[in-house]
Amino acid sequence: MSKFSDLGHRLYTGEVSYDFIARRRRWYALSAVLLLISLGALAIRGLDFGIEFEGGADFRATTTVNSQTVDDMRSALERTGLPDLDDSTINTIGSDQVRVQTRTLDPTSEVPVVRAAIGEEVGLPTDQVAYNLIGASWGDQITERGLIALGVFLVLVGLMIWIYFRDGAMSAAALVALGHDLVLTVGIYALVGFTVTPATLIGVLTILGYSLYDTVVVFDKVRENVRDLRSSTTRTYSEAANLAVNQVLVRSINTTIIGVLPVAALLFAGAFILGEGPLKDLSLALFVGMISGAYSSIFIATPLLAQIKERNPEMQKLAARVAARRSKESARTRGADGEPVEGVEEAGEGAGPRTPALTVTRAVAGTVPVRPVSEGAAKRPQPQHKPRSQRRG
Amino acid sequence: MAAQSGRPGRTLIVLTALVAALIGLMALGGTWTPKLGLDLRGGTTITLTAQNTSGSGSIDPTSLDEARTIIQNRVDSLGVGESEVTTAGDRQIIVSVPDVQEDRLVEQVGQTAVLRFRAVYSAEQVTPPVAPSEEPSTPAPSGEPGSDESAGAPSSAPSSTPAPGASPSGDNRPLPGLPTAPPAPSTPRPTAEGQGTPPDQAIGYQPSEADTADFAAFTCDQAGNQVDVSDQPLFSCNREGTEKYLLGPTLIQGDTLTGATAGIPQSGIQWVVNLTFNSEGGTAFENITGQLAQRSEPQNRFAIVLDGETISAPSVSSAIPGGQAEISGSFTQASATDLANVLKYGALPLAFEVSEVSNVSATLGGEQLQAGIIAGIIGLVLVVGFCFAYYRGLGIVVVASLAVAAVITYACMVLLGSSVGFALNLPGIAGAIVAIGVTADSFVIYFERIRDEVRDGRSLRTAVETGWRRARQTVLIADAVSMLSAIILFILAIGSVKGFAFTLGLTTLIDVLVVFLFTKPLMSVLARTKFFGNGHKLSGLDPGHLGVKALPGIRARRPGSAAAGRAGSAPTPATPVATTGEKA
Repeated sequence: MSKFSDLGHRLYTGEVSYDFIARRRRWYALSAVLLLISLGALAIRGLDFGIEFEGGADFRATTTVNSQTVDDMRSALERTGLPDLDDSTINTIGSDQVRVQTRTLDPTSEVPVVRAAIGEEVGLPTDQVAYNLIGASWGDQITERGLIALGVFLVLVGLMIWIYFRDGAMSAAALVALGHDLVLTVGIYALVGFTVTPATLIGVLTILGYSLYDTVVVFDKVRENVRDLRSSTTRTYSEAANLAVNQVLVRSINTTIIGVLPVAALLFAGAFILGEGPLKDLSLALFVGMISGAYSSIFIATPLLAQIKERNPEMQKLAARVAARRSKESARTRGADGEPVEGVEEAGEGAGPRTPALTVTRAVAGTVPVRPVSEGAAKRPQPQHKPRSQRRG
Repeated sequence: MAAQSGRPGRTLIVLTALVAALIGLMALGGTWTPKLGLDLRGGTTITLTAQNTSGSGSIDPTSLDEARTIIQNRVDSLGVGESEVTTAGDRQIIVSVPDVQEDRLVEQVGQTAVLRFRAVYSAEQVTPPVAPSEEPSTPAPSGEPGSDESAGAPSSAPSSTPAPGASPSGDNRPLPGLPTAPPAPSTPRPTAEGQGTPPDQAIGYQPSEADTADFAAFTCDQAGNQVDVSDQPLFSCNREGTEKYLLGPTLIQGDTLTGATAGIPQSGIQWVVNLTFNSEGGTAFENITGQLAQRSEPQNRFAIVLDGETISAPSVSSAIPGGQAEISGSFTQASATDLANVLKYGALPLAFEVSEVSNVSATLGGEQLQAGIIAGIIGLVLVVGFCFAYYRGLGIVVVASLAVAAVITYACMVLLGSSVGFALNLPGIAGAIVAIGVTADSFVIYFERIRDEVRDGRSLRTAVETGWRRARQTVLIADAVSMLSAIILFILAIGSVKGFAFTLGLTTLIDVLVVFLFTKPLMSVLARTKFFGNGHKLSGLDPGHLGVKALPGIRARRPGSAAAGRAGSAPTPATPVATTGEKA
């Protein structure tokens, strides 16, 4: 752990830096492959919608499961003599439950018959057979409401991002990341063949929130780092953004772990204790979505943001300035490493330009964090009149 | 926000008072557990959706509420306690009855049909398609005063010689008596109101050849496929599926029926069902029974049709005046009560469809509750464990904050349960568990910010304040997003999903409250202690942990120089500005 936090510190200072942005093609390619797989799975396998969306009935009874259970249940269904029960799905949950899913049944004339048949088969009174019945038109309504919720949420979230960042590029990048997470999660559902239930839908909507949240955390830092960019010649927008990613990397990993831990507990309880039901459906979606959300905020949203920003003429000018300055610097005999600074006491007071955060540099051990400082014509650090507590680091 | 102030103590006192108030309220109410949803305690939930019989348009809220009252009465008449009948949205009625697993409930509530009285033109005995496992609930009673209990002798379709002068019906059907092409049994029948025979002329209706031909081909398992149109003839079966009827257009609408009771008349020993009509219905009923009494079997019978199903088809032997009628037959107490209930409460102003029935046995409910609690405990332990491992001493802050949040959440659930009837269901528990992550995230953001500030060369005490100012914004936007999804889900979602949205929203609000009123002031207090403020090795704020050589503002810790270190530390957090970290 302390190694990890030490790494966190070195990431923060830029001492260890991974260039997320320059390698963006790699991430885009990876995501493109994942998205293609997702879309392919959706197109070929489609989603397995639960009875809540399709209409149908679902009976559950407690019984000791053995190899005969499913066949016994099927013959019990046949004995009822009700039409169209042949394509009912019968499966066992764990070692003590059997689940029968049928077409939608008439609540007054057919349900009691099926319930009684199942109860008789497992030796329980009819009352002990739990069931859910969904009318077909109700399923359509639930689907419609779900899609409306999704649409409304996307629009509002888009507005929210836009208001929060007041920056078109940031909003666009965040929304792309959001779409990425959404497609990926739904694609995994199609791929693995999980059943989509209203609980899944909650999971998906919650993911949207998380995905956004991760992006907000990263973009907040980006915004902080690029605040004084215009007047500086030390870093391009991409470099500032990349530093931000490196700085919040530990935080993103931590928040994701902390978010995923309770979800993992839910998944455990849902899948191993109950076998089926809302806990499992919800937590599966969340599990996939949270990890995807953390990934996309770092590997998709930020590189995309930098890409959009770099097209901006102002930023291109900045990049040119930075390049010019660097070539001048390297022409000098003085290395680009800045003077080694001794001791913590000068922390934050700036000493020389910062190493461009382009490569993983292993600076001299004991290098201290250096805040970018405004520089005069003489390329010397200028005194700052702000009290330290108010300087933006 | 109070957390701004440099008086963390005061803020903590405010929060303590708040928690004490919540606990006091719980004690006043005497309830210490939240109200549980039916998926956690067992029971039946039925969702009914009002159908538009008149084509398009919305459902009239008054009718919906009236229907709600009727259904509530119907559920109450079953003698189950604690039932709840509520309207949801603009067309749903949700019935929830704890601890009841009976099919009878769904039957009673599901019969939210339109009640109509129609004349019987022919009746035939048939073999039921499916033998239901229960006894027939209604015998075939015969009308009063004739007490012979003929259930309608099997008779082939009567050779209905159409009466000349039968009013030509307003649709495109062939007029009675006119030579027509042989009717195809699959004649499409009108499915909209207003093209057939109005009630005042319905008694004069005679079946056309097409009607009789179709009726001969009709079997009871097709009963559900036709639309029950008020002014058209109808093929119908009794509830047991042992008899099929060719019925004329509606004579009397069920909403003119004002009451129905089951009882034993003073003169008799048999259970009967008494009907009471309002004046309009009474007049019509007298008129109709008078005409029916003169007809021969089976045309002297009228059918009480509920949702296209004939629940009773008594025969009439004389006109029944005064809006009072008695149906007698071989009733038992249960079947008479059932019929009375159906008659009394069947006259709903709207037609309903059973959209969803969810039935959870008490055992399964208990299992789900247990699984939810286990998941919650595991989730908490994992999060707390992670925080201790990574944040060391700051883990105490996490645990304390989560504990406060948990107490407030629990109290809110209990109080909302007793005041507005909020019931905690399984998705609700899931929402609360997911919120553990949301809440803990706020701490991570704050702690990481403090580290960043220290790395930027601020003293720890200052970092606690300045870090907070930066973290606050991120925490608020994160919670706003979480809140937004909760609100949207709550407004747009149907059914149990609402429970998730509600607890997620509630816990998000509580998260903001706890972070502002508890975590932040607690950090301010802790930063003043030697253990945390001087970066003890286990505090999670030690220089090594933060990745700096030494904490700014703290002298290098040589044995016995701790006091000196204290002396050289930054000013109190009460004035978190203008701190220039001392140089060692």
